[in-house]
Amino acid sequence: MYKKEPFFWITVSCGGIIVAFIVIPLVQMLTAPSLEMLKETFRDRNVVRSIWLSIYTAGLAALISFVFGTPLAYLLARTQFFGKRFVESIIDLPIVIPHPVVGIAILSVAGKNHWIGHLFSELGIRIMGSVTGIVVVLTFVGLPFYVNSVKNGFESISPRLENVSRSLGASMFSTFTRITFPLAWRSMLVGIIMCSARAISEFGAVVIVAYHPMIAPVLIYERFEGYGLKYSQPVAVWLVSICLLLFLILRILTLRTREDT
Amino acid sequence: MIGISGINIQLGTFHLRNINLTIERNEFFILMGPTGAGKTVLLEAIAGLIPVRQGSLTIAGNDVTGRPPDKRGVGIVYQDYALFPHLTVRENITYGLHFHKLDRAKAKKRFERLVEELSLSPLLARYPTNLSGGESQRVSLARALMVEPSVLLLDEPLSALDPGFRDEIRKGLKKLHRDSDVTFLMVTHDFSEALSLGSRGAVMNNGMLEQVGNMKEIFQHPNSAFVADFVGMKNLFPVQIEDRRASFNGIGIELETAPRKDEGFIAIRPEDIILSRKKLESSMRNTFRGIVRNCNDQGLYYEVEIDTGTVRFKSLVTKRSLIEMEIHEGQEMFLSFKSSSIHFF
Repeated sequence: MYKKEPFFWITVSCGGIIVAFIVIPLVQMLTAPSLEMLKETFRDRNVVRSIWLSIYTAGLAALISFVFGTPLAYLLARTQFFGKRFVESIIDLPIVIPHPVVGIAILSVAGKNHWIGHLFSELGIRIMGSVTGIVVVLTFVGLPFYVNSVKNGFESISPRLENVSRSLGASMFSTFTRITFPLAWRSMLVGIIMCSARAISEFGAVVIVAYHPMIAPVLIYERFEGYGLKYSQPVAVWLVSICLLLFLILRILTLRTREDT
Repeated sequence: MIGISGINIQLGTFHLRNINLTIERNEFFILMGPTGAGKTVLLEAIAGLIPVRQGSLTIAGNDVTGRPPDKRGVGIVYQDYALFPHLTVRENITYGLHFHKLDRAKAKKRFERLVEELSLSPLLARYPTNLSGGESQRVSLARALMVEPSVLLLDEPLSALDPGFRDEIRKGLKKLHRDSDVTFLMVTHDFSEALSLGSRGAVMNNGMLEQVGNMKEIFQHPNSAFVADFVGMKNLFPVQIEDRRASFNGIGIELETAPRKDEGFIAIRPEDIILSRKKLESSMRNTFRGIVRNCNDQGLYYEVEIDTGTVRFKSLVTKRSLIEMEIHEGQEMFLSFKSSSIHFF
């Protein structure tokens, strides 16, 4: 691009505005609470419990996505079938549905009036106001991120590598473990991080299904409602630090992938 | 060795129709045809990578129609090499050993022989990303042959290579084929490859086999307009060699270099044959007198057939030179071609 053209300066200033738009509020929030307050907040059992709950429910959602999403992603990457586009749109639905609607939708099958909810209550599984419920919601919102990332990963591996492996005597299972998995694990890791980052930030759907036990975003909201901005900020700082850490790991991993290829 | 009978495959809108083919043990069989003819589909069906629902397939006398690809003993070499990028060259070559029960000493011996034959020893510790095309294809060949398949399928193994490497791999292929009893089935677009490597072959078009037979037979006596048009080598003659001289049907042709064989084939592209009314005073050694027998309008060009009495040559001339030289049937002309434009097989 020619640097003296006004167009160049338009692109630069737009970029600057966007960066400032993202960074200024975050920096303001991160620097608002004193170190003393941050320490104190971290000693608060409720805070630690909620952050820990957020992390491990998000982690569980990612694990479930890994177990069920990997074969689905493989199927979508490797086969052509009637209605594939339709299935892909269904996978993407949780991204576009408003978050409270997700919560309401899940609750409407989890209630005892629905046969699924009835079955669950017979089995002693409670969705409403439980950790199980939170994991269900987080999986619902995080799954598409995992499936799409891993599907792209599988698609970037030539099926010919698998063909050659088969012709050399490897079963489908051996081919997957020896060829496909080692070449796709990075995209799986990226998928897990994307999925859990999305899950950790979920509020709208969780608050409907499970206000208690309290995940971090719900706790922040409660502190804000009850005590005001000043008391919600330290919790937010802790949560954001963790999200940033996840994001950082993601960036490092994707950068390394690009260098390899 | 490979018996294909009545195979029909449908993939989306593409059909493979009624394929019947027998390939003998240790044959070097060539499969030719335009892009989209179904050559790769047929190869992958033999390897078991595409299911065959109609017809049957036997390899070494066993019906393998429904067998999975890992239980067929069919190796495959692709045009893009398909090396495993996360494994070293050595790991690539020995990959198949994980799935074959093989005596260690025997495996080691075979590995060393392949590494030696394909000159791979300096590459063993490297990763495929750092290899040239020729190196990659040699690794891919070694990997396929390491598990001693009964059939080796080669999907245009030379077409992605630079000309220098191509010749090297071609020689390697010939040697590997001679030294083993593996049946080779190779897809190619290149006729000199086809003629120099293959003993028998087939031309495929539109999901069907147009012609199956001896390589030379296909080139000399195409049984359909499609095959004739496809093989395109209009002037192909079996010749006897004496030093630099190739003789056939009573005429002698001067070659650029002396081949090391007593007999073979020469081919001259019709566009390389130059026509003139008078004998050309030039460095071209090969000049013959003949009579125009046929002028075929091919749009921008005319294909002119000239009979020297014992041999019929085909030449391509532009419409303009046809008019300028007043070429017509029965006209006596001279035809000349450079020694360098003669292809010898």
